[in-house]
Amino acid sequence: MTGSRAAGLTLAWRFAAFRSEGFPLLPTLILLTLALVAIFANAIAPYNPEVGVLGERFRPPAWQAGGSAEHVLGTDHLGRDVLSRLIFGARVSMVVGFTAVIVAGLLGTVLGILSGYLGGWVDQVIMRITDTWLALPALTFAIFLAAIVGPSEMNIVIILAAVYWTRYARVIRGEVLSLKERDFVRLAIVAGCAKRTIMRRHILPNVLNSAIVLATLMLGVVIVTEASLSFLGVGVPPPKPAWGLMLADGKKGLMAGYWWLTVLPGCCIVLMVLAANLLGDWLRVKLDPQLRQL
Amino acid sequence: MRRYILRRLGFALVSLFLLSVTIFFFVRVTGDPAVLLTEPGASQADLDAIRQQFGLDQPLWVQYGSFLAHLLRGDFGQSFYYRTDVLELYLSRLPASLLLAAVAMAFSLVIGLPTGIVAAVRVNGWWDSAGKIFALLGLSMPSFWVGLLMILFFSVYLGWLPSSGSGTPLHVLMPAFALGWYFAAAHMRLTRSSMLEVLGSEYVKLARLKGLPEALVIAKHAFKNALIPVLTLAGINLVLMVNVAVVVETVFAWPGVGRLLYEGIAFRDFPVVQATVLLGGVMIVTVNLVVDVLYAMIDPRIRYE
Repeated sequence: MTGSRAAGLTLAWRFAAFRSEGFPLLPTLILLTLALVAIFANAIAPYNPEVGVLGERFRPPAWQAGGSAEHVLGTDHLGRDVLSRLIFGARVSMVVGFTAVIVAGLLGTVLGILSGYLGGWVDQVIMRITDTWLALPALTFAIFLAAIVGPSEMNIVIILAAVYWTRYARVIRGEVLSLKERDFVRLAIVAGCAKRTIMRRHILPNVLNSAIVLATLMLGVVIVTEASLSFLGVGVPPPKPAWGLMLADGKKGLMAGYWWLTVLPGCCIVLMVLAANLLGDWLRVKLDPQLRQL
Repeated sequence: MRRYILRRLGFALVSLFLLSVTIFFFVRVTGDPAVLLTEPGASQADLDAIRQQFGLDQPLWVQYGSFLAHLLRGDFGQSFYYRTDVLELYLSRLPASLLLAAVAMAFSLVIGLPTGIVAAVRVNGWWDSAGKIFALLGLSMPSFWVGLLMILFFSVYLGWLPSSGSGTPLHVLMPAFALGWYFAAAHMRLTRSSMLEVLGSEYVKLARLKGLPEALVIAKHAFKNALIPVLTLAGINLVLMVNVAVVVETVFAWPGVGRLLYEGIAFRDFPVVQATVLLGGVMIVTVNLVVDVLYAMIDPRIRYE
């Protein structure tokens, strides 16, 4: 009884401490809401996002003349409910965004640690590849890969990971180079630890903070790239409801002034990216003073 | 100096080599290159002919050798759709891309420089906060969405500007603004931090002690020196703009290399896609090399790093 109460108090205190340090409450709430919407999309969405009624094409939102409460945010060029598509679109963005950021993070962190700790030719090879890939504009590189492997959600994740792991590798390597000279690593070497053990038990835990900060900052970048690929038709394949794809479809009604098909999906993208960026900025200052100047 | 330049040149060549290996590797390993290199719906006989012509039955390193030999001769293959040499096609689209990038750069500097200076001069003030919000929006709003919103507002509602195509000076305004939008935020951030650094320096303090009017201190002593890193970034970004304009050029049907890349994807015209990516990479590696060398010429400390 007392124990749980004390735990509750500690939690409240922690929360208060977070608030006072400028914890970005709003961005966190936005991301949480989007995550919940993505998880419970089936329950929330009023219609099937992939099936439309052709007789009900281009219905405006409910508050406009010609709109009805049946389709609160209107319908698109195939008569599909925009609200339902936006809700399921959150799922696509969340799944693709998070998976890509995590896969890229794992790859980049492992290669960054190997490169920084082992040095020598391993370092040379990994860093030269990193330099070259960083030189290519990410979007162009992603388009090139997408053109080869063809569109699917799975492929998008692989492509985004292949393009963005270099960002992690560069930063993590830098950190490892300075960690390597620290006393606890030297002691571990003297104590006879194997290189593998040192990298796993002493280096990895110390670079995790940076990896998490980078991952949060990358989330926005990855979501914009996914939307751009989908917009160009090499991302998530139709009729899946991805926000970038909705913008591409929305262009068909743009000249006729069907604004909701262009404005609404874009707002969703900006909301999610903005939230991720704000949270990432705060984490950067909070978790990792070294990355402040990044 | 000569040693430094040679070293940089060596790095650039390694980068170009790795670039070609990357492109080659992904094309061969991720699928059947014969399918990519033939027109969609090609017959079995066509596929076999392509395998023969490109030596796809040969060992990988022989294939890479001939791939590289073709590239060095400037032979990027034939476009399936346009039936012309891909390099010629690329060069014919380049001027439009350069025009777009130049106007976009002008927009980004006209917006980014003054806001960055004001934010630095009034640091932590109202203007600085507004600048931060602007920078955040710039990084969070995808450029193609900005473009779509502009079409909606300026073409559909107001009817002031043409929504797509090229030809008149009016056509370039919207795509250039959409493209420059993101870069304006980046230029603003760098101008701000660069100005803050210079404003804290000894010679600015001296200029103030001399009793110069604040406006003169900022314009003549601080701004001129703060401009160097910003212009360097702008130089690199100009090249980057040519290569990241794909989505914006697609939105506005602007006939640049970005649009060419999009057509390459849409028509399954693989040689065009490959050449656009390769040439973009070459451009960026080159400009990085030029910037490195110029910096070493200006600042001797860099040479001995």
